Amino acid sequence: MIRVIRAEWRKLRRPTLFLGTIGAALFFTGLFTSLLFLLIDSPQGNSDPANPISREMLSSFGGSVIGFSNVAGLLGIIAYCVFAAQTAQEYTYGTLRNLLVRQPRRLRLLVGKLISMKIFAIVMVMISGVVSIAIAYFLAPGAKVSREFWFTSDGWSQIIHTYVNVSISVVGFGILGMVMGLLLRSPISSISIGVLWILIIENLLGAVKKSTLDWLPGNQLQVIASGGTPQVEYSNAMTLAAIYIGVGALIASILFSRRDVAN
Amino acid sequence: MHAQTIALSVQDLSKKYDDRFAVSHANFEVPLGSICGFVGPNGAGKTTTIRMLLGLISPTGGTGQILGHSINDPDEYLKHVGAMIEGPAFYPALSGAENLHVLATLGGFSHERVAEVLATVGLADRAQSKFKTYSLGMKQRLGIAAALLPDPKILILDEPTNGLDPEGIQEIRDLLRGLANNGTTVFVSSHLLSELEIISDYIVMLRKGEVVFAGPIQQLFEAQQPFILVRTENESDLQKVVEIAIADGHKAHIQSGVAHIEGPAAWAGILNKKAFAVGIVLTQLSPQLPNLEETFFEMTGDKK
Repeated sequence: MIRVIRAEWRKLRRPTLFLGTIGAALFFTGLFTSLLFLLIDSPQGNSDPANPISREMLSSFGGSVIGFSNVAGLLGIIAYCVFAAQTAQEYTYGTLRNLLVRQPRRLRLLVGKLISMKIFAIVMVMISGVVSIAIAYFLAPGAKVSREFWFTSDGWSQIIHTYVNVSISVVGFGILGMVMGLLLRSPISSISIGVLWILIIENLLGAVKKSTLDWLPGNQLQVIASGGTPQVEYSNAMTLAAIYIGVGALIASILFSRRDVAN
Repeated sequence: MHAQTIALSVQDLSKKYDDRFAVSHANFEVPLGSICGFVGPNGAGKTTTIRMLLGLISPTGGTGQILGHSINDPDEYLKHVGAMIEGPAFYPALSGAENLHVLATLGGFSHERVAEVLATVGLADRAQSKFKTYSLGMKQRLGIAAALLPDPKILILDEPTNGLDPEGIQEIRDLLRGLANNGTTVFVSSHLLSELEIISDYIVMLRKGEVVFAGPIQQLFEAQQPFILVRTENESDLQKVVEIAIADGHKAHIQSGVAHIEGPAAWAGILNKKAFAVGIVLTQLSPQLPNLEETFFEMTGDKK
């Protein structure tokens, strides 16, 4: 298993992929976090108009990680794309046959790849979290936001909770990407269908009928990153997301272990 | 053949897609340390067979053993097998060396081995170039290098000389012969029958999913009818030569100014005497054995 993880990591660490992904994650992290503070007094608001982030909220124990929590959805989409591409490209490049000759135990190969990509996602989330908190720290005085409670024991607890929740959410998005990559065996198809679903279709369905957001998979993962919302409880979101990911992973694993590798 | 001397064998191995057999009840054995040519036209089932041997696709029926292990347990034997299937497949954004390091890490092989195999296939100086910048011949060499990583007991190569120039083909031929001399069994498919004829000890011929011959290459040639090519000083004498041959019970015909006469080399001397006796001057008298390509087309009933 360790060999599979290390082999996959050799591919993930290549500069174009690693730096490109981290760069995209930091761009969105910086943007979301900065806007929270820079637009705090703007009439257009500093966040989703339905849920503006007030100075009081930013000054609370969890104020340092609100920006980080808000960007979780985009970090999730980045993870989705990386996991889907890394999985599906093995089919399009034809490299899966090389991997299976060197590691014939298919489930071991699959789990090893997943662990390696999870590590990649967790590193991305960690760097984004640190950068988000740093940006918040430096912008807070200018926005007249108090940092008094941020690094108390309760503040650290909020930071850790948010980090764990964002990691679960981002890895969840990633696993969905891997499942789609295995099912569709094409990076373009798996990424375009997934991103279209998460960004467009779920939002449209939610706008037309708000109750759909109580069970749509992408929204459950975003709710987990936020630690729960007034509409969807954290525990419900965790349960539903686990069911979606579990069923998807089971189907993909069965297909992967039994399907002929003919390309 | 004893089991200890067989590298690879299949019994009634079949693969059916819908109502069509890609491979139908294939039976053959490959001795340890031999070079076995795997011959067949496009779509004959060569790659499907190789994929079944490597555990990539499941047989519909039949069995097979590699190094004494069932092909249903590829984990037992693939650590001793090197393979290149249907052309080289690597990550375009990684260098040649990094691509091999991925496979070496996965297979648990030493990373020093990467440099060794790159040098073996003549890619040491381009090891750090990205795979996507490689020419077709270089990609092919990298595929062979990847197959050599485990220092294999069995090397399975699917069309290894595709895209190589004549010098490269010669190098690969020498490499395969060297490996076989050191005990590696080489199972190599190619549509270049002349290539296989030069290097193979054994031949497995496949046509429309069925094995039409499997055995030592010499046995294949011995089963074929030798023939004699004859030219005469005056082309008008060719017909007389053909008549002499037919009178002696040999099939003969004229093609492109040359008489083709079926018969053993020993009969060439008799023909020479008989032609001389009737005043015909022979300018060429060449006993021939059919080459692999001619034999293949004769056995499969296909026309060139």
